[in-house]
Parts: sequence; structure tokens; C-alpha cells
Amino acid sequence: MHLLLSPMQQTDKLISPSVNWGSLTPLLVLLGAGLVLLVGAALSARGWAKGLYATLTAAAAVAAGVLQFVLWNSTVHHGPKSLVGEALVVDGPSLFIGISICAALLLAALVTDDYLRREDIDSPEVYGLYLMAALGGLVMAASNDLIVLFLGLEVLSIALYVLAASHRKRIESQEAGLKYFILGGFSSAFFLYGVALVYGATGTTRLRGPESIKTALALTVETDKHRALLVVGVALLLVGLAFKVAAVPFHSWTPDVYQGAPTPVTGFMASAAKAAAFGALLRSVVLSMPELRDDWRPAIWVLAILTLVIGSTLAVVQTNVKRMLAYSSISHAGFILVGIEAAAHGGESGDRGIASVLFYVLTYAVLVSGTFAVSTLVGRSGDGAHGLDSYRGLGRQRPVLALALAVFLLAQAGVPLTSGFVAKFSVITAAADASSYAIAIIAMLAAVIGAFLYLRIIVSMFLEDGDAEGERVSIPFGTGAAIGISVAFTLVVGFFPGWLLELARDAATRLY
Amino acid sequence: MIAAADVTPTWYLLLAAALFAIGCTGVLVRRNPLVMFMCIELMLNAVNLSFVAFSRTYLDIKGQTTVFFVLVVAAAEVVVGLGIVVAILRRRPSANADDIAELKG
Repeated sequence: MHLLLSPMQQTDKLISPSVNWGSLTPLLVLLGAGLVLLVGAALSARGWAKGLYATLTAAAAVAAGVLQFVLWNSTVHHGPKSLVGEALVVDGPSLFIGISICAALLLAALVTDDYLRREDIDSPEVYGLYLMAALGGLVMAASNDLIVLFLGLEVLSIALYVLAASHRKRIESQEAGLKYFILGGFSSAFFLYGVALVYGATGTTRLRGPESIKTALALTVETDKHRALLVVGVALLLVGLAFKVAAVPFHSWTPDVYQGAPTPVTGFMASAAKAAAFGALLRSVVLSMPELRDDWRPAIWVLAILTLVIGSTLAVVQTNVKRMLAYSSISHAGFILVGIEAAAHGGESGDRGIASVLFYVLTYAVLVSGTFAVSTLVGRSGDGAHGLDSYRGLGRQRPVLALALAVFLLAQAGVPLTSGFVAKFSVITAAADASSYAIAIIAMLAAVIGAFLYLRIIVSMFLEDGDAEGERVSIPFGTGAAIGISVAFTLVVGFFPGWLLELARDAATRLY
Repeated sequence: MIAAADVTPTWYLLLAAALFAIGCTGVLVRRNPLVMFMCIELMLNAVNLSFVAFSRTYLDIKGQTTVFFVLVVAAAEVVVGLGIVVAILRRRPSANADDIAELKG
């Protein structure tokens, strides 16, 4: 603590923390693949063979996912642990969210390959940015220090700003990039100010473990010495993270950015970025500041209710499908916040809340990736056909594709025998277990209002006649595979949810 | 040494809060993307100032090292932001946030 007073004593011996490289391998794989892609593509004169970039990205995503399963196994046997001088942790929630991010990365890589060919853009940078964004997301979900969390957040966000603006031929894409950049930078500044105030109140930025915010709060919350500073700091942290998860009233960027960004990137944003931000919210506030829960739980409650109601109702009045899906992703964030609110109660029902959040994040990541994969195909070359009328007659033109989209939309609406139903059910039961009945009832009502939107798209696909001038939707192999994987996952988890629920419950209890 | 008043870290914290508020207002009211970037930078640097001030109160080096991380992040952010603005300026003569409004609904 007195490093400033005695700089001379510190210089002769430098204690470096133990790194534990083995547990860092998922991050290293993503980083390595990203660097190989960027450097390799820059050095080769004619670029690599088409499809190789996406293959490498997909392989890295699978490898990182498999490595996280291996780490999961060792967590089960040896317990959770911390890495790099307690800056990162390997525990249940971090691995679960990490696997969700890797799944999103795999699906995004498959869809993007066909998309870039169709739009005639040749850029390995897109895959490099995907890998870096996923790396940032993994760091966020595994961070045990607010500064590390901030760095992960920025690595994720900066990569996403570029990705949103990456379609150089569409002015909408650049506009989306600019809007996302300004509001993202704005929210990061709020988050960082929150970090500074929490540091000022507790003297540390470490979240859990010895000499951390959690232990400091357990000691000083009675004395109330820096109470005001702490509460303002936590409020600013929540504002920053609420921007990232697109919770109302911090959602205003979402529809524009989702609509303007290249559609595969939108899918990646809705899945990976949301998963990472919820992982960060769990880790930074819910798990590390339980002593302060009476101060921040009402804020989460209000955010959840506003997000549910406004997300669901505004989705209904949209005519652009990407905007509809943006508002639907806002209302899904509301459902996850219901789970966070349940997790905030602590104890046994809190664990159930964490498990429901993890389950929701994984199933939603797959679902929304699949939905935007279909939307990518329907957008046709130019990525512009996203009006509701572009979906008209899809059921007759491409019955399998329309059926796949119908599965995704029904799952998002929460129809039984799909993963979306199980996810909504587990979130709402967690809220009811925690005696948050009001929020559970509002969540159910929001699900009903939201269902209208999904049915509107389905009706448009199957019951309305197609427009004759529309270019026929083509289904390339990679995107088809991504949609197939997502449909299979959605239905398998819908029919047999037990194993995944068990896994999520297991993850929620294995905390560092 | 200072005759009038003893300058404590609290003064710096108040200054930082004021700078943060100025930056925040700037992002909300100014319409030029470049000025908006500058305001975001002002917010980040206000945070840096409070990190250093807290670091001084605790006599703890961690707050000061954090500033380096924030500086690097801010630099990376500006590179990306200016890149996007240049990409937009190539297509449009003026970069005004109100003109960039293709997306709405």
C-alpha cells in the first residue's frame, strides 16, 4: 500500500505474478488466430484462398470452445481458480459465457464468409476483428478486476465499432459505425468513472478474493465512510453496462446500429456482445457487491421492467425486420435482467437466478445468430431488403428457410418445445422463487406482447403472396450449416432441456 | 508553501467531476462528430484525473498505473473514430451529426 513512499525498495526485486498459461489457452488461441490472420493476409500478395479466413476463424472458435470444456472439467475436479495475479478467474459462469461467445463466433464466421462473397468485399480484417471482439468478450466474462473488465470491454467495443462500419459500399453501415462509436465511447466513459469512484471508495479495483471490493464492502459498509461515493460509482457502472446490454433507457443506439451494420455483424453483436456484457454485469455488480444490494437491486428492477415493456411494445410498430429484431433483442435483455434481479437476492434463489441468466444467454446467443443468418440471406445482394415485404412469400419460395426462421421466431416468442421457452420459463421461475412476483408477471405480459411481432413476420412469410420482382433468395453452404446448427440446438434444447439446465446450475455454484 | 489554502485531493476530484460534466454536456449538445470525440476524450481524462487524485489519497500506485491503460484505450478509440469519420467525409462534404440520419424509424 505504501509504494509511493518507498520506490527505491521496490526496484531491486520485481515480483511477477504466476500466470498459469494452461488456463489462458482459450484466450491465446483467439489472439493467435487473429494475429496470424491479419499478419498472414497482409504479407501474402494475392491474399489467401477464399474461405480460408473463415475456416481459420471457425477452427479457432471451436478450439477455444473445446479448451473451455477441458477447463470446465478441471474446474469440476480441482475447483475454480484465478490467473495472472487474480486479474482473471476460471470458474463456472466465466466458462459458460465464454462457450456462448465461442458458439456465436463460430456461427458468425460461417455466415460472414458467404456474405462477404455475395457483397464482393475481400477483407480478412473482418475475421481478425471478430476474433479480437470475442477475445475481449472472454476477458470481460472472466475478469476479476474492474480495470481488466474495462480493457475487455474496450477490446470488444472497438472491434465492434469497426465491424459495424465495415461494409464500405453502404453509407448506412458507416452511419451505424459512427453512432455506435459515439454512444459506445460515451457509455465507456461513464463505466470508467464508475470504476474510479469505486476505487476511491474502497481503495481497490479487484472484485473478489483477498483484498477485494467484496471484502472491503463487508468491512466498511457499516461504517458508511464512503457510502455516497460508492453508490454513485455503482450507479455509473450500471449505466455503462446498461448501454452495452441495450437496456431501456440506454437503448437508443440499438435500432439504428442493428439496422445499419452488416447483417452477420448484427447477429454477432446481439449474441456475443450481449453475452459478454451480461457476464460483466454478473461479475462486477451482482457477485462482487452483495452487501450493497439494497442500493442497486431497485435500479436493476426498474431497468428490467422498462426494458421489457418498451422493448416489446416498440418492436410491434416497426416495419423493418432488422429494427424489429433490434427491439426484440432489447426485450430479451429485459428477460435476462429479470434473471439478474433474481440473482441479486443472493442465497439459493440467487444461484437459481445466475443459472437462469447463463442458460438464457447461451440459448439466446444461438437463437439470435440463426435469426440474423436467415435475415442475411433474405437481405439479398446489397444487404438492403430488410423490409417486412421482403419476407412476403418466402414460405413458398424457400420453404425450408422459412421454416427455419419460423422455428427461431417461435423460440424467441417463447413457444413450448423450443429453447426460448425453457429460457423464459427458467428466468420467470427464478424471479418467482425470489418472491419478485411483480416482475415475473410483467415479464409474462411482455412475452405475450412480443409474440405479436414474431407472428407478424411468420404470417408475412407463409400467408401473404410473394412480390414477383424480388431476386430469388440463395442459400450457400456455410450459412445453411449455421442455420442448421442453430435450428438443431434450438429444438434439441427445447425437447430435452434437462442436461443444459443442469450444466447451468452447476456453473452457477462453481464460483471463484 | 501555498499561502491561501491547502490544496487537497478533494479539489482535484471536484475539478474532475466538473470536467466530466462539461464533456458529458458537450456530447449531448454539440452536433459535430469531431467535437463529440473531443468531449468523450475530456470525459476520459477527467476520469484519469480522479484516478490520480484517489491514488494520492490512498498513497497507492494502482490508480496511477490505471491511467496508462486508459490513455492507450483512448488513443485506440480515437484512431477508430477518426477512421470512421474520414470514411463518411469521403462521401459527404460536411460531417454533421444531424445530416447523418439515414437510419430512423
